[in-house]
Amino acid sequence: MREAGEQALKPGQRSEIEVLKARGVTVGFGDKLVLENLDLDVYRSEILGFVGGSGTGKSVLMRAILGLVEKRAGKIEVFGEDLDKTSPEERAGIERRWGVLFQQGALFSSLNVRQNIQVPMREHMNMSQRLMDEMALLKLEMVGLPRDAAEKAPSELSGGMIKRASLARALALDPDLVFLDEPTSGLDPIGAAAFDDLIKRLRDALGLTVYMVTHDLDSLHSICDRIAVLGERRVLVTGTIDEMMQVDHPWVKAYFRGERALRRAEQDEV
Amino acid sequence: MTIQAARPAPTLTTSMGGERMTVAIGGGWTIHASREMEDLLIALKPGVSGFVTIDMSGVTHLDTAGAWLIHRLQGDFEFKGSRVEFVGLSDKFKSLVGEIESHHPPTWKPRIRGRSIMGLLEATGRQMVEIGKDVVAVCHIVGSLAVVLSGILVNPRRLRGISVAVQFDRSCIGAVPIVALMSFLIGGIISQQGGFYLRTFGADLYVVDLAGVLVLREIGVLLTAIMVAGRSGSAFTAELGSMKMREEMDALHVIGLRVTEVLILPRLLALMIALPILAFIADLSALFGSGLVTWAYLDIPPQIFMQRLNEAVTLETLWVGLLKAPFMAMIIGLIACVEGLKVSGSAESLGLHTTLSVVKAIFMVIVVDGLFAIFFASVGI
Repeated sequence: MREAGEQALKPGQRSEIEVLKARGVTVGFGDKLVLENLDLDVYRSEILGFVGGSGTGKSVLMRAILGLVEKRAGKIEVFGEDLDKTSPEERAGIERRWGVLFQQGALFSSLNVRQNIQVPMREHMNMSQRLMDEMALLKLEMVGLPRDAAEKAPSELSGGMIKRASLARALALDPDLVFLDEPTSGLDPIGAAAFDDLIKRLRDALGLTVYMVTHDLDSLHSICDRIAVLGERRVLVTGTIDEMMQVDHPWVKAYFRGERALRRAEQDEV
Repeated sequence: MTIQAARPAPTLTTSMGGERMTVAIGGGWTIHASREMEDLLIALKPGVSGFVTIDMSGVTHLDTAGAWLIHRLQGDFEFKGSRVEFVGLSDKFKSLVGEIESHHPPTWKPRIRGRSIMGLLEATGRQMVEIGKDVVAVCHIVGSLAVVLSGILVNPRRLRGISVAVQFDRSCIGAVPIVALMSFLIGGIISQQGGFYLRTFGADLYVVDLAGVLVLREIGVLLTAIMVAGRSGSAFTAELGSMKMREEMDALHVIGLRVTEVLILPRLLALMIALPILAFIADLSALFGSGLVTWAYLDIPPQIFMQRLNEAVTLETLWVGLLKAPFMAMIIGLIACVEGLKVSGSAESLGLHTTLSVVKAIFMVIVVDGLFAIFFASVGI
């Protein structure tokens, strides 16, 4: 949803309004700290790619922001509101404005795809069945699923279709902020490219802010406006892909200037 | 700084100027105001006018729901033969409106679920087919078990002893406390209820016969079987079902292992060993409970109780009960495994089949108990 009095952002132009602002976030399990004193900003209408080695806590940070994991210290502001200080109503209001795509899709297995997409509408909005059905089909088409997928059960879908259906559910209420946990993992390169393209197109059409945990170098190169690297329990560095190429930290160097990455960059230049 | 903005209500006003109808749309057209938007559109009857102008200059907020409803309005006008043009569409909404216009969901039809005598017949027929399939599935597993068992007879090392032991531990040793407690209470209740009734005839001592025969022949094994069906049967179904959901069964097939040999046989064997043992424990603790209650309520001391019990029951009475146990175990195990293998992808189906497994197993256990009663009566035991 876009508001009046604000100019549409051109690609590459950065808004200075933080949709998400994390300060000093510390999360631990037992006596092991996973995240320590972590700061992160996500700006309006950008696609932020979040990378980091396996087990460095990318998903933990996402879950901490969503309130699924308890944090030990720090402050997380979403849409300018401190999540620890919101009343239950304000919290529900914020939850209506974000959408989440979980790594495994997390579609409700006892509902079909159409009903899955309608769950947030049915629970949070006052809509007629006709409009809900039309919106479900519209979202389904927007994420590139065929119409006959609407009446299928999640167990009848392929991996790529599950991701798309789950994205359609995340987009059901036209959120301002979407969290994507490894959206292109497990997809073939063509499917992954199409998915990247879809995310970019939806961002441009709907003005979404996208927080994307990913390992896909192609996604990082082609659609991410900014990249944040997680390591040593904090955000090591943020910046555009070109800035990443200049960073001297060994892990960042290995990630963006390793053999695979360089091959990718060469293709870019060709 | 708060990004949360006050949401203006959607507005819609129409005005006629000769042939041309102007529809001015304003305010916030978002999903949060969907009921208001729908009501506005229902109130607006697309009349037959040649030209329609939709003036969007007042729109402050727009999302896919609002854009879709405006798109639908345009479609309604065009269906009536009007020409529609948009004016005042702000630049920042253009890509959104373009995105919506490139999609055409099919015309909406409300779903109607028919109810008729044919539907009832169809449901009954389908149910019968399901029962037939169940029987075939049980036969399939029994056949496959026979193959596996004959293989084990030839080569005993193929029997998975550790698996059987683990399953035995879960379904027998873990169940001892609850089975013993339940039978203790049942033994006590039977003696107390029967004892007071028999006392009115001055025949209180016969309560020992009543409890002894009833517990050993029927109650001990039957209640144990029901408890095991609820405890182990449901666990088997849920385990096999979730393994099926997560493709673990397929992995076993691909590695070249038989599901019957690896998963079903150990469970079934463990249950067939466990149930007679549990039934025996249940018999003992029910008699113990019965003895305590007759002592406390009817003043029959333990020595007299034992002496009377010795006259009332024979070893045959015990065997009649225990003989049924392995058959009941087999029925519980088979039904649990068949239901487990029928689980499909959803969490709902896992729950459904676990319930079905317990219900079918308990029902079949009681049916088989009845068949045994007829059998023992006809051979005169």
